[in-house]
Amino acid sequence: MKSLEFRREREESWRELEGLIVRVEASGLVTLTAAELSRLPVLYRATLSSLSVARAISLDANVLEYLESLAARAYVCVYGAKRPALEAARRFLAVRFPATVRVLRRQLALSAALMVLGALTGLGLTATDPNRFYALVDDDYAAGRTPAATTAELRQVLYDDKHPADVLGAFAMYLFTHNARVGMLCAALGFAAGVPVMLLLFTNGLLLGAFAALYQDRGLGIEFWAWILPHGVTELLAVVLCGAAGLAVGESLLFPGRHTRLVNLGLRGRDAGVVVLGAVLMLLLAGMIEGVFRQTVHDVALRLSVALLSALLWTVYFTRVGREGAP
Amino acid sequence: MSAALLAAPRGRVREVVTPEGVPLRWTLADTGERAGAFLLDLVILASASIVLLIASVILVGAAGGIGFAIALVAFFVLRTFYFTFFESRWKGATPGKRALRLRVVDAHGGPLTAEAVFARNLTREIEFFLPLVALLAPASLGESLPGWARLVSLGWLLVFALLPLFNRDRLRPGDLVGGTLVVRAPRALLLEDLSGARPSAQAAEARYAFTREQLDIYGIYELQVLEELLRSQGPVRWQSLRAVSEKVQAKLRWQPPVADHDAERFLHDFYVAQRRRLEQKLMLGHRQERKRAATRTR
Repeated sequence: MKSLEFRREREESWRELEGLIVRVEASGLVTLTAAELSRLPVLYRATLSSLSVARAISLDANVLEYLESLAARAYVCVYGAKRPALEAARRFLAVRFPATVRVLRRQLALSAALMVLGALTGLGLTATDPNRFYALVDDDYAAGRTPAATTAELRQVLYDDKHPADVLGAFAMYLFTHNARVGMLCAALGFAAGVPVMLLLFTNGLLLGAFAALYQDRGLGIEFWAWILPHGVTELLAVVLCGAAGLAVGESLLFPGRHTRLVNLGLRGRDAGVVVLGAVLMLLLAGMIEGVFRQTVHDVALRLSVALLSALLWTVYFTRVGREGAP
Repeated sequence: MSAALLAAPRGRVREVVTPEGVPLRWTLADTGERAGAFLLDLVILASASIVLLIASVILVGAAGGIGFAIALVAFFVLRTFYFTFFESRWKGATPGKRALRLRVVDAHGGPLTAEAVFARNLTREIEFFLPLVALLAPASLGESLPGWARLVSLGWLLVFALLPLFNRDRLRPGDLVGGTLVVRAPRALLLEDLSGARPSAQAAEARYAFTREQLDIYGIYELQVLEELLRSQGPVRWQSLRAVSEKVQAKLRWQPPVADHDAERFLHDFYVAQRRRLEQKLMLGHRQERKRAATRTR
């Protein structure tokens, strides 16, 4: 029988591959010697070809099932190969992240515009009638920073330094984990066609605008921006990036373009994943600036120059870094 | 004979073309398996959280604010990166998936990238944790909202949570966003070829010869069910063999009847002859899937 001869000829190489695969599955590619490692792709291809032949000529269900399963396991081992963690991290920061942000620049513009629009609306509404502040900002969130507070109290918040040094670290990390979860939620909501993302961005802007108007009203405008921008540049940018990721996901569902919706969603979803992962790192940075730097440095000029510097750095990073070797 | 009883449960199959151009057939994991793997992961996640909680109480006691900062980040990392870490390090399987022999693979045949893994786990929050919280504490959806609005939001959230039940491939939103599939990755064993290994203590030569007409009755499906029966073990094996042997004899109009104790030998010889015949036909381009419809008329 042809199928029996075929099996006798090839069986040895299947067994050899299976032996390698079992070891790789148990403890990774590192367990293989150099010679074995170079055998792996050869055996994998041989098994794939065996599978094709077996499908054409063999009716032995066990052999077919075995080859299907072996080929699939080998495929995962061969194509699941990972770069070393450090190299992967370097490539992510130096190429993948900034390059993907550039891919999503239209969504980024829309997302930033929504937040700015929200801020301007909040600013305008509260500036014309301070009482609207209460409609825009939740009582819990305001934590006493309302039009009813005295200027001295409002000022106190900007130069709060009653925390001992070791509480600052905890504060920074609290801010980071909170913001990161909000950012990831923002991106994930893109799956709902992007509508909740737009709402989130806009209301975020409203809050910012309402507070800005409140402080402006008391003549603390510059000091307010000096308080919020050193970390705010990084933090707001990260939030806008998460929003852009969410919008990209939503857009891929609404306007699939050349691919089918599902294929397109899969492609855009990965871009979104890259951007959100980068944004989480940015939020970590922002949390540290907010929790430590802002609580210890009170000089307005210094605060503003840090804000300016970070804005400059991000601009250079997102426009210049990783132009070669981009995917 | 009950073919349904012998045949292994077969799920939906999705073909994924490898970069070498060979389609691999993945059997998709069903809802139960995936839910099981997820539950297992949740249990692990919960136990890890408890350990972490105890550790952080000790840490805060010893190191104060810094200890608290470390604990906060540890909780965040555990909750956010548990799935991502294992799926990208363990070749697409979390501990729960590994226990149930499931794997995440790229839906289009490429390598499973870290981005895809991160993206598919990003939506877990709105798929699972948010609907869960909304179900347990409806007030969290917004205290100021009227009842109907909360109901609408809950329904909206449940659409995400229950999405896997409403599509053929059992994809959850994360699979759609990441472009991934969750498949079964069983380990099949290579058994002896039946045509090579005859029942021991018997002659190597076939005792029963079949005519071409007799071999043209059954198709591939019946052949493979017979293979499964011959390979099977267990208490009812002999009964099944006798029953099947009688059915086959009736179908082939076999004379004289085969003795009961020789049923296995008869079926074995029939299997070998039948496979040879069907493989011959296959090579000539004729694939006979099932038994002939004409012979079914009785």
